[in-house]
Amino acid sequence: MTTPPTSSQTVGPFFHLGMVYLESDNFAAEGIPGDRVTIRGKVLDGDGAPVPDAVLEVWQADSAGRYPSEFSSQNSSAPRFLGFGRIETDDKGEFKFATIKPGRVPSPDGSLQAPHIVVTLFSRGLLKPLRTRIYFPDESSNAEDAVLKLVPPERRPTLMATRSGERGAENLLDWNIVMQGDGETVFFDY
Amino acid sequence: MKAASYQRAPAGTQPSYLYPPYVSTCKRSPKQPLILLPHTLSELTGPVFGHSDIGENDNDLTRQHSGEPIGERIIVSGRVLDEDGHAIPGALVEVWQTNSAGRYRHRVDQHGAPLDPNFTGCGRVLTDGEGRYRFVTIKPGAYPWQNHPNAWRPAHIHFSLFGAGLLSRLVTQMYFPGDPLLPFDPVLNSVPDESARNRLISLFNWETTVPGHALGYHFDIVLRGRLATPVEVHA
Repeated sequence: MTTPPTSSQTVGPFFHLGMVYLESDNFAAEGIPGDRVTIRGKVLDGDGAPVPDAVLEVWQADSAGRYPSEFSSQNSSAPRFLGFGRIETDDKGEFKFATIKPGRVPSPDGSLQAPHIVVTLFSRGLLKPLRTRIYFPDESSNAEDAVLKLVPPERRPTLMATRSGERGAENLLDWNIVMQGDGETVFFDY
Repeated sequence: MKAASYQRAPAGTQPSYLYPPYVSTCKRSPKQPLILLPHTLSELTGPVFGHSDIGENDNDLTRQHSGEPIGERIIVSGRVLDEDGHAIPGALVEVWQTNSAGRYRHRVDQHGAPLDPNFTGCGRVLTDGEGRYRFVTIKPGAYPWQNHPNAWRPAHIHFSLFGAGLLSRLVTQMYFPGDPLLPFDPVLNSVPDESARNRLISLFNWETTVPGHALGYHFDIVLRGRLATPVEVHA
């Protein structure tokens, strides 16, 4: 006897009230090993208008490609990499977070995935979350990533963060979410 | 490492992204088909929360201020289960809601109903070893919204849950039995299957009703996934 999962419903416009306490825009505390990156972007709707009431939940491996739940019992005096964060968009539909570049994690077929961050997007008007991924520029392993291979080549750029090109901000990456229409971000189903 | 791959939800039990009666879905739903992915470690793992993430009065929304909030005191409780009915212990449950007048303590809520200085309207709890959770709160109010002329949301409590992995993540809303607004609510009615909609409506419960103090409502939540037949994942 099985029961189907409870139906999803929108977070609505007032999620800040209940979700604020897990919000964090910096997962790269001093002492956590790995290359520092800051990812910034905006969330846009089908009219190209900014979405000021969205919340992103990000989940990623550490720089060695391990997810935090796999080593939660390790030395607790070291700075703990949580691998999870919640970031709200602001009035302009923009978001920004600082983290470390994740390592490669295994695929079901035994190969290694390219470094990526999993993003779950919630907002008013989303009756269930949208799931996508952020991949990194200049990463040779992108070419062999089993997930990217399932995405039509012309749509893959929507999953790629790009270098901002700003002077003195080598570790600043841009990555936007287009919920609908031209340049629509690739979203995944599982 | 071993990880279970999850089956897909039966047809009609989850809403589609586009549901035009809920107008905000029209510009925020993808038009391209979603790409079906295998379940990898990235989706089968997820953040793990502990008691240090929970404060003392986080599960009693009536005790977060110096005085008591106005409204009908209620106790909302139930179990968090997987699809086979196994308890999910240690699941983080977050809730948020309006006060008894139908007003959120939130800067963008423009409803002309009063705020209650003794009510914030948010809480959190971890499920116990049998998957049980319990909140004390006050019954939220209905409120108007801009979806269509004379639109009103039925009273509801927002629930956010973290299970064993990202694919078990669920955000939903709990409704109250007998609410006359339920048949007219586009958010609830975005779920095509009637039985699935009915499972979003809590049940009045004498067993958890505390004499002389608070009415009890029961709401069980099923998260995607099951514990059976793990498959080997190369690591």
